[in-house]
Amino acid sequence: MTQARISEFVVGLLFGIGLIVSGMTDPGKVLGFLDLAGLWDPSLAFVMGGAVMIGLVAFTVAKKRSATLLGGVLQLPKSTVIDKRLVIGSLLFGAGWGLAGFCPGPALVSLAMGQSKALLFVAAMLAGMKIFTALERRNAKA
Amino acid sequence: MTIDWEHFTPWASLAGGLLLGVAAAIFILVNGRILGVSGIVGGLLPPAKGDWAWRLTFVAGVLAAPLLYQLVATPAAVRIDAEPVMIVVAGLLVGIGTRYGSGCTSGHGICGLSRLSPRSVVATVTFMAAGFVTVFVVRHLLA
Repeated sequence: MTQARISEFVVGLLFGIGLIVSGMTDPGKVLGFLDLAGLWDPSLAFVMGGAVMIGLVAFTVAKKRSATLLGGVLQLPKSTVIDKRLVIGSLLFGAGWGLAGFCPGPALVSLAMGQSKALLFVAAMLAGMKIFTALERRNAKA
Repeated sequence: MTIDWEHFTPWASLAGGLLLGVAAAIFILVNGRILGVSGIVGGLLPPAKGDWAWRLTFVAGVLAAPLLYQLVATPAAVRIDAEPVMIVVAGLLVGIGTRYGSGCTSGHGICGLSRLSPRSVVATVTFMAAGFVTVFVVRHLLA
């Protein structure tokens, strides 16, 4: 248990540092990548490329294993459905990402850096997540 | 298409990307979890019995990252141009959208593409396309 807790914290730490080093915590840089018709900054393709290079190896190994290195349950997603929820959700997320240049991870890091606009963004994001939960509960009852 | 050479940082971005990959690799192989920030945070709203501690430790690590980073280096200056009202709209869209679509740039983008999941490929192509279109509308049609 303790080992798992340490690992989770270290993973969060590495992930946050990776976001800072890569430039993902700068919304200006993110929007520079999304602005194909303007002055285009291709850097984010390198972020994704670097991450997926390691990820491909890791998940190839993970798919062959039945337990984690700590002997716990390896929880790979089971859903393969491509439905309206997936597409509409991703459209809404992409639109929000394009409006401010923040996605969830970098927003949390920027919040911890003391950026007031990141605080505002995270508050709105958490509210959005709460709204989602409330809507799901209402639909489940209906 | 004109490349923004002034802001282009291929090496730093590649290095950062490799770190993100290492983090995702440790998370799946040691903890058996997918590193998806929106799912991890969303699962805390509200926290479920027996399923919150790992989420909280991960988030604590993410929040501690800039504090540790600042001890050894000065983070580059950031540009947050969006007005507060726009930030709120963006945050709401990101919050609802990532939960409805079951993932964001980390869960669908990094982990999903690495798993070669068709579902995550569709999600990633969709949110990237929406991002491109949104920036085009905001910067080139409305401006």
